[in-house]
Amino acid sequence: MKSFRLVWANLRRKKVRTTLTIGSFTVALFLFGLLAAIRMGFRGGADAAGADRLDVINRVSLILPLPLSYRDRLLKVPGIAGVTYATWFGGVYQDERNFFPQFAVDKDTWFDVYADYVVSPEGRDAFMKDRQACMVGRSLAKRFGFKVGDRIPLRGTIWAGSWEFNVAGVYDGSRPEADTSGMFFRDDYLEEQRAFGKGTVGWYVVKLINPDDAVQITKAIDGLFANSPFETLTQTEKAFAASFVKQMGNVELLIMTIGSVVFFTLLLVTGNTMAIAVRERSGELAVLKTVGFSDVRVLRLILAEAILIAGQGGLIGLALAKFVIPGLSRALPMLGALYISPPTFVAGFALALGVGTAAGLLPAIGAMRLKVVDALRRI
Amino acid sequence: MVRIDGKGNGAALVRVRNLDKKYTRGNEEIHVLQGLNLDVDAGDFVAFMGPSGSGKTTLLNLLGGLDLPTSGSITVAGDEITRMSAGKLTSWRARHVGFIFQLYNLIPVLTAFQNVELPLLLTKLSKAERRKHVETALAIVGLTDRMKHFPRQLSGGQEQRVAIARAIVADPTFLLCDEPTGDLDRRSADEIMDIIDRLVKEHGKTVLIVSHDPRAAERARVVLHLDKGVLMEAAKAGGGA
Repeated sequence: MKSFRLVWANLRRKKVRTTLTIGSFTVALFLFGLLAAIRMGFRGGADAAGADRLDVINRVSLILPLPLSYRDRLLKVPGIAGVTYATWFGGVYQDERNFFPQFAVDKDTWFDVYADYVVSPEGRDAFMKDRQACMVGRSLAKRFGFKVGDRIPLRGTIWAGSWEFNVAGVYDGSRPEADTSGMFFRDDYLEEQRAFGKGTVGWYVVKLINPDDAVQITKAIDGLFANSPFETLTQTEKAFAASFVKQMGNVELLIMTIGSVVFFTLLLVTGNTMAIAVRERSGELAVLKTVGFSDVRVLRLILAEAILIAGQGGLIGLALAKFVIPGLSRALPMLGALYISPPTFVAGFALALGVGTAAGLLPAIGAMRLKVVDALRRI
Repeated sequence: MVRIDGKGNGAALVRVRNLDKKYTRGNEEIHVLQGLNLDVDAGDFVAFMGPSGSGKTTLLNLLGGLDLPTSGSITVAGDEITRMSAGKLTSWRARHVGFIFQLYNLIPVLTAFQNVELPLLLTKLSKAERRKHVETALAIVGLTDRMKHFPRQLSGGQEQRVAIARAIVADPTFLLCDEPTGDLDRRSADEIMDIIDRLVKEHGKTVLIVSHDPRAAERARVVLHLDKGVLMEAAKAGGGA
């Protein structure tokens, strides 16, 4: 673009104003990055949920258990490749502020059904051999410095008393959005030590042979336990994970609302700045038209300025967010893995360019319609 | 040869016929130009004089395709510009007209070189060709040593010389100068008029100039007086009408 030098020179004309406008884009896109990462943290479980897994919970409430005997009956449903189960433990490590999720799981099947949790063979072996063994997620291990062989004491809140676990291994996620902020321990240890609820589990996880059969199998499972004391509600793992998020309120709506307000404000601020810039330069724009710059070319010049401001601010803001998010992730461990995915980064950048274009459009149209004679008379 | 009786032959470079321009201000209609005729041949140097509000700048704007008449026609080198669309007029202006304003109207954030290069950005010339053209234009106005200077680093006379270089860099058909010495001291004004004179005599440019300054106007071959929108008389100066 031969006129780029003109665009660039115009941006440097009022350095403070340009810097402040770029700064407003930086702040907005920084906020966008943080909100997107937090949203990702809230939705992490739902986004990482396997398409080939169904969760079976008590139809009355998630917090009510299901009989352990359901496992064998579930295995007989056609189309099911495997069944595992888990129970929420809710223990406290040292202090209640140190919250992290703990689940009692079936040692034989859990990591088979959740093959997307990567566990070393030695870790798996140690988990099988020790009744008090536990597996900690990578981010949890980082958070508290847990390593293999450590002993983790927890104070039970549902099942009172002091519970101790030995770290058998550290699991990773096969995908970046996988949540590794939790701990899995053996259900037989819970079963042996707990004072009530014996013979029950929190929920079942069913692995399907063919994900396309999900609807049919969902109906079959709920039909199997209909009219029993423990009726079931079967849903895809994505819906199950999303229901957790919903318990905390409509986080997504809140984030979207904040984001929309910020970007609308940005649109007004930048639009106003561009309008002032065009008004100040109406004489120069008239000169450009006098020497032969077409109306469309003048429109493109103004739009290019707005887009360049937005692009620079957007890139800086997103880069800053990417830089800050690991720290935020450590500060908010209960949200799981916080990160900006490449598509989110691209979407943020596109949003910045879009807002820049929208903000520059009215002033650019004004510049395009500027009458040379009138503008020259005002000089 | 310059005529204002509308009887010129078809060979004139600029041919104006029955030109009318009216403005409406509130309920008032202002008749700025009334039935104006003009024929200017290639290589002529014409000065328009007259009191403020007589329509000199309006005439210049119409001749340069910056404004449209209420009625009448303007033909330049065979192209009737009063019939052109806005887009066509813009590209016609880029090819055929060089403007020189009283207040120079340089872009303050561009260097002298970049200001002169502006009209060439609309052409298909390569960067090297553009550089050559700009250097030639700046050499004609005697400013090759100031090409990297910004307008704020130049005197008024130097700024106007840059503006002249910008006007001639694309080798336009004719130059339109609106009070080119109006904002300059005597010495700088003379220098500017010397350059314009040279453009006519040595480079064969056709120049139409509007000025209040009799010393500037007397450089022209023909001086025309405009009063209340009417071209009153054609006076001989250095050459002959």
